[in-house]
Amino acid sequence: MSLLGLRRMRAGYDARSVLHDIDLDVEAGQIQVVLGANGAGKTTLLRAISGTIARQGEILFDGRRIDQLSARKIVAAGIGHVPQGRGTFADLTVDENIRLGAYLRTATEARQDRERWLSFFPRLRERLPQQAGSLSGGEQQMLAITRALMLRPRLLLLDEPSLGLAPIITQGLFRTLAAIREETGMTMLIVEQSANLALEVADSGVVLESGQIVLRDSARNLAGNDEVRRIYLGYE
Amino acid sequence: MTLFASQIVDGLADGAIYASLALALVFSYRSTGIVNFAQGEMAMLSAYLVWQLMAWGLPLIPAALVSIAVSFVAGALLYASIVRPLSHASLLTVVSVLIGLYLALNSLAGFIWTYTIKPLPSLFPKGHFRLGWFNISAETAGIIIVVAVVLLLLYLLFETTKIGLAMRGAASTPDSAVLVGVSVPLMLLIGWGIAAALGALSGILVAPRVFLNPTMMFGVIIYAFAAATLGGFDSIVGAVVGGLLVGVVENLVGTYIPWIGPDLKIIVALVLIFGTLLIKPDGLFGRSKVVRL
Ligand SMILES: Nc1ncnc2c1ncn2[C@@H]1O[C@H](COP(=O)(O)OP(=O)(O)OP(=O)(O)O)[C@@H](O)[C@H]1O
Ligand SMILES: [Mg+2]
Repeated sequence: MSLLGLRRMRAGYDARSVLHDIDLDVEAGQIQVVLGANGAGKTTLLRAISGTIARQGEILFDGRRIDQLSARKIVAAGIGHVPQGRGTFADLTVDENIRLGAYLRTATEARQDRERWLSFFPRLRERLPQQAGSLSGGEQQMLAITRALMLRPRLLLLDEPSLGLAPIITQGLFRTLAAIREETGMTMLIVEQSANLALEVADSGVVLESGQIVLRDSARNLAGNDEVRRIYLGYE
Repeated sequence: MTLFASQIVDGLADGAIYASLALALVFSYRSTGIVNFAQGEMAMLSAYLVWQLMAWGLPLIPAALVSIAVSFVAGALLYASIVRPLSHASLLTVVSVLIGLYLALNSLAGFIWTYTIKPLPSLFPKGHFRLGWFNISAETAGIIIVVAVVLLLLYLLFETTKIGLAMRGAASTPDSAVLVGVSVPLMLLIGWGIAAALGALSGILVAPRVFLNPTMMFGVIIYAFAAATLGGFDSIVGAVVGGLLVGVVENLVGTYIPWIGPDLKIIVALVLIFGTLLIKPDGLFGRSKVVRL
């Protein structure tokens, strides 16, 4: 069953339209990747889903229309968004960032979940009192993800989690995401440019080009697709 | 020595008043990036409101509390009616509107209550008591205690409550605050409300010393600006430390540098503002914005 469904969704900025009639389904419990070149509209796609920019068309979440809801209501409905560039609260401590992630939840739930997610990201535990702005890039990414997880979302949107990270760290991060999906069955929609590591953990994927989906397939087929290999995986 | 010590204590009391108005400036600035030039005039109206409520028969302390509550609402309304609708306008537009508001509030006070000065009783009893080896007036001690309690309450709000944390998050990174489900406009509204309430406190504390009149806050707002600049405009701790420092320096300079005396003390504020901007533009505690990708 599809948890998220986009029907002829359009979005853009002021006068400028970026996404044209996107149709997309994300199956419950699956990890789906969105590949695409710079400027293809990947970030715009996630922003449209999370309601942080204006959009038209239908967005169904768990069978319910959410395209008219405000960003805050969409968060409350269970969609967590880890934005590109992480967007941690730089002035706040790591611990405060995590607590703020649970803003919509009760204190007891927050306390339990905090332990659970910190066990996935033990490095954060050592840095709880540190200012988020002073974390390394990889740690900030872990924090941004942990903060989104604290919402206990049913759908997690991740915008280029590997941006600026060393390949070995990226690999660890994707393994952790896969482990979280195994344990919780959380659905994830991951935007990635360095596609090989993402396709390793994903079930399916789409390729976005100039605001349109030009290819959709299983992760395995995409990883074997000649054109995808040439453009996104760096094979000649 | 006794004179010196009592000048310091008096300076701390003045400084506590500057600190609460400086905090008001810092709160609005941190949350919305806007310096509320009308903050002092709003505080003046709050003090007049106390006088008016007393004229209608309310005792002083309830009148002061009502005025602070009304000021909170007025600050929130100012945000909702002017600042938020103008959030996409240029900074110059917003500043012009706030300066217009400054003039409007000033005339409004004159229109309603005339320009003749009025007395406002002090919240504290008259008289002095001995503390160690110097005399301290009940008013001085009272001001310091009241401001200290308010600061403690603010500290508890921001450090221990969920809504305080959300307010800090909304001020720090609004885009991300939305993504954790915080209503950013509501947090900024509360922030502007708290700012106006703090301003009201400063107005109510200073009015008995200078008498009520439409220009009574001029001497306070300039020191509050000096305090906020000295402390760093985006720092809460900075506003408090800056306010206390400005109060103490102002008193010492007024007492010990004869050619300045009480009349030219205002120079101290201007020197502090220009000095800070020249030597350390971000203030003692302010952060220069470091953007990390
Ligand atoms: N805030 C904005 N205002 C106006 N145009 C924007 C804005 N953000 C993005 N765009 C434009 O929309 C188009 C798609 O941008 P988007 O950020 O979605 O691309 P992307 O696929 O995420 O790229 P990247 O891989 O570089 O992150 C680009 O042409 C970009 O210039
Ligand atoms: Mg992007």
